[in-house]
Amino acid sequence: MSVVFKKPNAMSDVPMHYCPGCTHGIVHRLVAEVLDELGIEGKTVGVAPVGCAVFAYNYFECDMIEAAHGRAPAVATGVKRTHPDNVVFTYQGDGDLAAIGTAETVHVGARGENITIIFINNTNYGMTGGQMAPTTMLGQVTTTSPYGRDQNIQGHPVHVCELMSTLDGVAYAERVAVNDVKGVRATKKAIKKAFQAQIDKKGLSIVEVLSTCPTNWGLSPVEALKFVEEKMKPIYPLGVYKDTTGY
Amino acid sequence: MAKVLMKGNEAIAEAAIKAGCLHYFGYPITPQTEIAEYMAKRMPKVGGLCLQAESEVAAINMIYGAASSGTRCMTSSSSPGISLKSEGISYIVGCDLPCVILNVQRGGPGLGGIQPSQADYYQATKALGHGDMHLFVLAPSSVQEMAELTSEAFDIADTYRIPVLILADGALGQMMEPVDFDLIKKREDIPEKDWAACGHEGKRKKNIITSLFLNPEELENSVLARYEKYKKIDENEVRYEKFMTDDADIVIVAYGITSRICKSAVTAARAKGIKVGLLRPITLSPFPSDELKKLSQTASKFLTVELNMGQMITDVKLAIECSKPVEFLGRTGGSIMTVDDVLAKIEEMGGNK
Ligand SMILES: Cc1ncc(C[n+]2csc(CCOP(=O)(O)OP(=O)(O)O)c2C)c(N)n1
Ligand code: SF4
Ligand SMILES: [Mg+2]
Repeated sequence: MSVVFKKPNAMSDVPMHYCPGCTHGIVHRLVAEVLDELGIEGKTVGVAPVGCAVFAYNYFECDMIEAAHGRAPAVATGVKRTHPDNVVFTYQGDGDLAAIGTAETVHVGARGENITIIFINNTNYGMTGGQMAPTTMLGQVTTTSPYGRDQNIQGHPVHVCELMSTLDGVAYAERVAVNDVKGVRATKKAIKKAFQAQIDKKGLSIVEVLSTCPTNWGLSPVEALKFVEEKMKPIYPLGVYKDTTGY
Repeated sequence: MAKVLMKGNEAIAEAAIKAGCLHYFGYPITPQTEIAEYMAKRMPKVGGLCLQAESEVAAINMIYGAASSGTRCMTSSSSPGISLKSEGISYIVGCDLPCVILNVQRGGPGLGGIQPSQADYYQATKALGHGDMHLFVLAPSSVQEMAELTSEAFDIADTYRIPVLILADGALGQMMEPVDFDLIKKREDIPEKDWAACGHEGKRKKNIITSLFLNPEELENSVLARYEKYKKIDENEVRYEKFMTDDADIVIVAYGITSRICKSAVTAARAKGIKVGLLRPITLSPFPSDELKKLSQTASKFLTVELNMGQMITDVKLAIECSKPVEFLGRTGGSIMTVDDVLAKIEEMGGNK
């Protein structure tokens, strides 16, 4: 019998805590597959965020560090600058990366830290129960924007890839989505390219993944995938925002 | 090496490098910016790195990452910047990571001033971060001691897997004195960092650095284990200097820059026949409580002299279980008491001849 589906080696053999229909798990799997394919698990150090992915350190087989909320890029800097031969990645949500950790995110970009950021944009604070995030779209209802995000009150959403692409130290910034098979394939390709850029010392690489949060969106898993397609993609267009890798 | 004339801040920086700390992360703030500047000049020459972070928050988290991956590293700041680092320090404690943090104190609260102060005593010894935790706090009182204690701080940090805070002040940082780096003693038997997250290379199981324990029992056990470690530290690492305390009727307690003033005042009072002595804590946490308790059997009065509104006085009262009166002399905001001020206070307390 041939095995058609098996767990990547870089993925731990434990059940994940994510909600049904949540795409955090898919992105975890893609990262683990890339670590396997590039043969880098043994020299990789991952940095987990505070957010739904806080337990990411239980799900990857490489060495892992759990950072304070928003500080993963600074923590990754500390690892990479003292261990330049390690491959270092952060895995962060939108509240973590684009609200409390904005300064850390922008400055790893400006310094061109040779690390990889996997950024999960699910337009809300999943872990704390669906509050407004910097990426919450105008009109979108969350528990702290119960009448819909109003630009006059809560301001405008932050477009992370667009922002990061203005920084000279960023080598690669791409936005992808995991709401269909084609998107999952493209996401894997982007993640692999991002890690390759780090291995080749090109500078900061960031992959923004449009991701689902069916629980806090109040949608079924299938409706959530549709939400990504119909509501998120128009506001957060997919594509390569910066690429100086020369690949 | 012969003696060299150096500023306190520079002596700390050089001692750190000599102790094998080749990674420094910081953010400029008076009165400790010389450290970052010294590191920026020296580190590239010794194959190290001095990185200016975007904030104190980022700097302490770079330390968190560097320490997590097993690297000797250090950050320095002054009062407002240390407040910003407190979140990171709590995580560093929660993950049992070794590193060295320096606070060259200035006056507060708020932006305060830039003159010498000891007003962060409570913060340093009681609450430099949320949760059940202590820091190991060293208080040098000379440039030589700044160098020696900096080196020692790294060894203590690695031995116990704890962050060590050096609590100095603007006066010590700026003071120029001769330093002999050859007098620095290094500890043997520093344990291997087999817990570090720096890539398992397929040779061991993965290492995880985290302070998260959602199960109350697990969290309690992790804190209890840390407090066992603190107990060992209390037994082995308390340090102080005694000056003319054996027959002293009044015992002054002072650390850092004020202890130097007090030492001169003790000498002056002795010349007048007043039996006064000085106990200078070198470790503020753990505090030399046992020694103070012993002294409370022979002394009749205590006096704490601090550059604040009276903070260490609480620890002195606790140490001697309020068995003797404890008086206080302090200045705050950046002014320093003179030897005469202390002498006048001693005379006012009516020390027995
Ligand atoms: C300093 C600090 N502030 C607030 C929190 C509470 N908190 C935990 S997770 C989170 C938001 C996470 O949202 P996001 O980063 O978008 O991740 P998601 O859960 O959506 O994947 C917040 C505010 C915290 N843990 N620490
Ligand atoms: S709350 Fe949202 S982001 Fe978090 S696990 Fe559930 S679905 Fe995923
Ligand atoms: Mg989110």
